[in-house]
Amino acid sequence: MAKRIEISGLHAYYGAVHAIEDISMTVEPRSVTAFIGPSGCGKSTFLRTLNRMHEVIPGARVEGKVMLDDEDLYGSDVDPVAVRRVVGMVFQRPNPFPTMSIYDNVAAGLKLNGVRRKSQLDEIVERSLKGANLWNEVKDRLSRPGAGLSGGQQQRLCIARAIAVQPQVLLMDEPCSALDPISTLAIEDLIAELKSQYTIVIVTHNMQQAARVSDRTAFFNIAGTGKPGKLIEIDDTSKIFTNPSEKATEDYITGRFG
Amino acid sequence: MTSEIDVGQRTDTAGNGRAGGRRMSTGRLGDQIFAHSARGSGVVLLAIMAAIAVFLIWRAVPALRANEANFLTEQEWNPNATPPVFGIAQLAFGTLMSSFLALLMATPVAIGIALFISFYAPRRLASGLGYLVDLLAAVPSIVYGLWGLHYFGTKMDDVGRFLNDYFSWIPLFGGDSVGGRSLLTASVILAIMILPIISSITREVFLQVPTANVEAALALGATRWETIRMAVLPFGRSGMISAAMLGLGRALGETIAVAMVLSTASGISIHILKDGGNTIAANIANSFAEAGETGRGALIASGLVLFVITLIVNMGARAIVARRKEFV
Repeated sequence: MAKRIEISGLHAYYGAVHAIEDISMTVEPRSVTAFIGPSGCGKSTFLRTLNRMHEVIPGARVEGKVMLDDEDLYGSDVDPVAVRRVVGMVFQRPNPFPTMSIYDNVAAGLKLNGVRRKSQLDEIVERSLKGANLWNEVKDRLSRPGAGLSGGQQQRLCIARAIAVQPQVLLMDEPCSALDPISTLAIEDLIAELKSQYTIVIVTHNMQQAARVSDRTAFFNIAGTGKPGKLIEIDDTSKIFTNPSEKATEDYITGRFG
Repeated sequence: MTSEIDVGQRTDTAGNGRAGGRRMSTGRLGDQIFAHSARGSGVVLLAIMAAIAVFLIWRAVPALRANEANFLTEQEWNPNATPPVFGIAQLAFGTLMSSFLALLMATPVAIGIALFISFYAPRRLASGLGYLVDLLAAVPSIVYGLWGLHYFGTKMDDVGRFLNDYFSWIPLFGGDSVGGRSLLTASVILAIMILPIISSITREVFLQVPTANVEAALALGATRWETIRMAVLPFGRSGMISAAMLGLGRALGETIAVAMVLSTASGISIHILKDGGNTIAANIANSFAEAGETGRGALIASGLVLFVITLIVNMGARAIVARRKEFV
């Protein structure tokens, strides 16, 4: 069910602000692609254009093309709601619905898709929580509030919620930046397992993390404050971290700036 | 938000304390002044509540002693007769009925307005509309009363007749002597009056919904309405109940508009289209001026009942809000 994403000539704006400029790349299915780069270089903005979440901010708009296999996500007859049902997202801060139980959090997306049968819901909730490596920790308290879990557990709950609807692509926006090292490790292990089924794109500030979890790495940068972010290069992760083609990439990964 | 202001003031006072002292100070004096003044405000509030209760009871008891009828069950209100005969039953019924109907009509509309302003309206329209709704709260209740008596009531006359003609099989719409000065008219006017408070508080509550929750719902592929149902309404639930209860409190205590609209008639009747009906507050406004010694005591006793009803309503609302506390 994983699909390839092909982005060509993509620009994103916030009102009059040009946030990212002319990005083209291909994201391979069943692999992990990491976005790295200094703060404000547009990685998260770019990520959010891939499931049309960018445009929920008032005044925000996108130009260019994003193809999911052979479907244009920005086609004139495409409903952004339908896009988000096939391109799931995990956010920087764990954001389970505070008013819902653990079970209902995972089932939330399923109910949107019209799954109503209790037995089917039970089955998918269990499978998703197992898929997010959370089942053993919460199986005895599924009716407890999701917000009562620890930060790392909440983030895994959010991953379970995202994969419950079996998306084609899973976008992760710095999923570990609010977590401790042990929870981070748990999430990274999970990403490694999930990539056998999903196309995964992860934004991270942690270069070791990018090196550990990803197959391909894209480096973004900005020329200066107020200038739009650009894709500098994308290549196999091993190549980016050992022998990048661009000087800027090398400077960044060796810590000479940013 | 309040706590932020509190902290701000506290550091402010602490800063002043340091400036006044010669030595390095941690500003404990400022802290103490602040703590005492905050505590003082709390105590004053309790004292006012107690003083009101004591006053009501103290003035009510002699009249209640003189009463020949059972105060709680008697429907007539003749405290100036000899012997005095009066009871709260009809007034309490009218009060609860009109307020409840008003709440029933106002809450869905108010929540709808708040949702529209917060999530559907274009931004420029939204701010203007919000302002307009708040303006509704600034209309004096006497104006609502005049409008209700001379314009709206006459229109409701026809509405009442229509409902009575076609829906009299519903007990509420049955009965005869249908007219515009009915409990229904009063309820509709009350509904309009409590609309702004419910709506603006609900809007505030919606503003508090974390963006993270809204985005979580959107990212799952929720439509706008599904996002509202999934992230906004559950989060705002207790706030909306509080808003409705504040509205109910206002409806229960509303005096002059209701006193003007209703044509007083005695006896409990569930036929809300009938001319007549009365409420506690309206009855006090209408009869206080010409009441004698016992009459005033009796009215104060009815005020005490209103006080207790409001208290119960508020406690009920708190209980509802607290029931699912662990989830918010």
